[in-house]
Amino acid sequence: MNTKNIEKRFQVLRTLLAIGIAMIVAFIIICFISEEPLETIRSFLIGPLESKRKIGNIITNLTPMLFVGTGVCLIFSANQTNMAVEGGFFVGAMLATVAATCLHLPTGIHTVVCLIAGGLAGAAACAIPAFLFVKFNAKPVVSSIMVNNMCLYVGLFVINHLVRDPAAGFMASFRFDETAKIGEMISGTGVHYGILIGIAVLIAGYFYLNKSKAGYEIRTVGRNVDFARYSGINVNRVITKAQLIGGFLAGLGGAVEVLGMYNRFQYQALTNHGFDGIMIGIMAAYNPKLLPLAGLFLAYIRVGADSMQRSSDVPVELANIMISVIVIMIVAERFLYKMKHKRIVAAAQKELEGKAEA
Amino acid sequence: MEQNILSMENITKVYPNGFVANKGVNFSVHEGEIHALVGENGAGKSTLMKMLFGSEKPDEGRILLHGKEIQIDNPTVAIQYGIGMVHQHFMLVPSLSVADNLVIGMEPKKKGLYDVAKAEEITREAAQKYNLLVDPQAKVVDLSVGLKQKVEILKALVRGAKILILDEPTAVLTPQETKELFVELKHLKTQGYTVVFISHKLNEVKELCDRVTVLRAGRSIGMANVADVSQQDISRMMVGRDVRLDIEKDKPHPGDTVLKVSHINKVNALGKQVLKDVSFSLPHGVILGIAGVEGNGQSEISEIISGMDRSFDGEAEINGKSIRNMTVRQVRESGVAHISEDRMTYGIVGDGTIAENIISDRYYKKEFQKGPLLDQKKIDEMVDDLIEKFNIKCDGKDQPIRMLSGGNMQKVVAAREFTNHADLIIANQPTRGIDIGASMFLRNKLVELRDAGAAVLLISADLSEVMEVSDRLIVMSGGRISAYFEDASEVTEEDMGLYMLGLKQMTPEEIRRASS
Repeated sequence: MNTKNIEKRFQVLRTLLAIGIAMIVAFIIICFISEEPLETIRSFLIGPLESKRKIGNIITNLTPMLFVGTGVCLIFSANQTNMAVEGGFFVGAMLATVAATCLHLPTGIHTVVCLIAGGLAGAAACAIPAFLFVKFNAKPVVSSIMVNNMCLYVGLFVINHLVRDPAAGFMASFRFDETAKIGEMISGTGVHYGILIGIAVLIAGYFYLNKSKAGYEIRTVGRNVDFARYSGINVNRVITKAQLIGGFLAGLGGAVEVLGMYNRFQYQALTNHGFDGIMIGIMAAYNPKLLPLAGLFLAYIRVGADSMQRSSDVPVELANIMISVIVIMIVAERFLYKMKHKRIVAAAQKELEGKAEA
Repeated sequence: MEQNILSMENITKVYPNGFVANKGVNFSVHEGEIHALVGENGAGKSTLMKMLFGSEKPDEGRILLHGKEIQIDNPTVAIQYGIGMVHQHFMLVPSLSVADNLVIGMEPKKKGLYDVAKAEEITREAAQKYNLLVDPQAKVVDLSVGLKQKVEILKALVRGAKILILDEPTAVLTPQETKELFVELKHLKTQGYTVVFISHKLNEVKELCDRVTVLRAGRSIGMANVADVSQQDISRMMVGRDVRLDIEKDKPHPGDTVLKVSHINKVNALGKQVLKDVSFSLPHGVILGIAGVEGNGQSEISEIISGMDRSFDGEAEINGKSIRNMTVRQVRESGVAHISEDRMTYGIVGDGTIAENIISDRYYKKEFQKGPLLDQKKIDEMVDDLIEKFNIKCDGKDQPIRMLSGGNMQKVVAAREFTNHADLIIANQPTRGIDIGASMFLRNKLVELRDAGAAVLLISADLSEVMEVSDRLIVMSGGRISAYFEDASEVTEEDMGLYMLGLKQMTPEEIRRASS
């Protein structure tokens, strides 16, 4: 067995173990605070599969993650910690709302125009940290958080002052034109056609990042920017491009989410869909191939937590603690390192002995 | 009777990439001797010493100091045990003075503040005592390599080192500086200090050392009294087989000029003038060597010509076209290939596969596109072919390159840079830190490429390499050309040393021949 296989195997093992440990932590907490721990655990684990409605919830949870997650794969593969996908998602939803309420176009075309508007807004949000980094070497970690704040208030300003429906009775936009909305795909589940767009985006993202010229550039810049420059790659252009496309996808996700799930824009705060995307991106090691798995996992425990909260006495906050534990375990690179190193040493020794005998 | 002051028993070290650097190595030194540790590049010398200095931990085996087993977890512990190390690359703060560097981490205090006068006094006393003469007030950035090395040695001694490990100390020195170092080391020996001298230059081992331990491919091959063995004996132990060390080449056949560099001046970010009026030219079919102690402007030249550095005065032309406003890609497209001296930073992307490392200069070309995607089949075929042609030892083209040995990594770099049909190949320290087999392979490749008509600019701090491979020679000192030789074969090492140190300087007329 060579080193590469050992490394792969330990990556899988580490992920599974991280999930296992997080589960155990969750179960221990459940045992402490629940009157009926077994029933609670059951509704957490199996609850999401119990009804068509809940399975539908998994898919509607997954839908925005696919867009943002793919965007995150592109941005983070270029080694840019640009978290403006959160704000990008928000302004994407906002601009799609403006297009869906102010423009009046035929069915189909209207939706496409709204989606493009949302995507462009997202791209603009992510372009700011990209520009600041390329021009002034401002670290995107900081600038993107500021951009998220800007996005929130710009978004709220536009909604509350330009397209607010005074008749709604609460802070929300006018109703979307029916021509703009994304239709329900499976009735009674909330699953809308956005999931198909999401899958298409994911597949396209996979090929773009792993199989195309541009993807090779992004990954090379992300892994070793000096090498990229030495090889003749235009580093700044690649970094900017990755973030524009990633931001576009995040904004597109925001547009799809509001047009598929709601009748009006009614967010009053950032949605957290951006950070979900970052989370599953990290879990998938920025590889779109693993993204559906990470997304399904996150969506599943979200719905499980929701189902648990409805049918038992354990609050939904628990799920969020668990998710955090899992992500921490997965990003802990040195976790199981000693065990892995021992295996590598043993394998190398064996190989040497094999050679000596031969 | 002599005592083993330090011994390492049955040491095994495997790196995270699965590379076995040491396997069951035994190594011991007597108190008060100069002990040579020799072996090819990649034989595991540096790894073994890193474990002694606490920067790596052994996976198996034990370390004994005065017969007692010790754990060396980090360099601080090593220092407490009296083990000091002078690395190949100096660990000094360039902007501080010699005295500052010497007391760093143990600064003398007066009323809670740093006592500069006391630090300088400590430095002066130590310099006197060990006969390593340095100026306490000089800034390290202004020192020559030889003096920096003295500061490093003093730094270890001031911290109480009784055992001094020197990792290839002569690699960066001129022949004259080497002689001086040997006198100083012998002086230390008479004062009771123990020295471990890592090298692969056998004449130096013969001249300086008492005993020698030989490593080969991570194993200890044997130990001997230097007086009892010949250089040939040691060499055979090191390599384990007969390696042809000479380069076969005919006279060069110069063609049209490929590279023309005129009046280049450069001031670096620290405000130091690192290139002073450098002019030379290089025709097809010729290997031009640039010799010199590292840091005398050679790297800057290679960065400028390869298009990576744009802040210089003067003119550089490839095939008659100025490269001043070209991007790196444009420079490469106009016929320049470049092996960088810093393999790990510029030469490769460690997490990338062998294939990804080979295609980095050509992935964008039409021949490798298939619709909107890369033509993976064509790329795979090319990479497989190059792996075979360049004799790269690996588990296949999809193996991450970081898992390869240094020599094989460099062969991947060469497989890329030698196959893009370049008119000019800049080879900056192409064989640094790699084993003799791979080195000879690369040197012969350079000659092959020259015979096929390429112009080769070989920059190397390895005197014997640059003298043997090159047709013509430039010597650099202090950022200017101090000598130019039309025929590299008629130069002596002694002469080279004098020009490298800047003790001799050819007249402007003699140097002007380089650009004719």
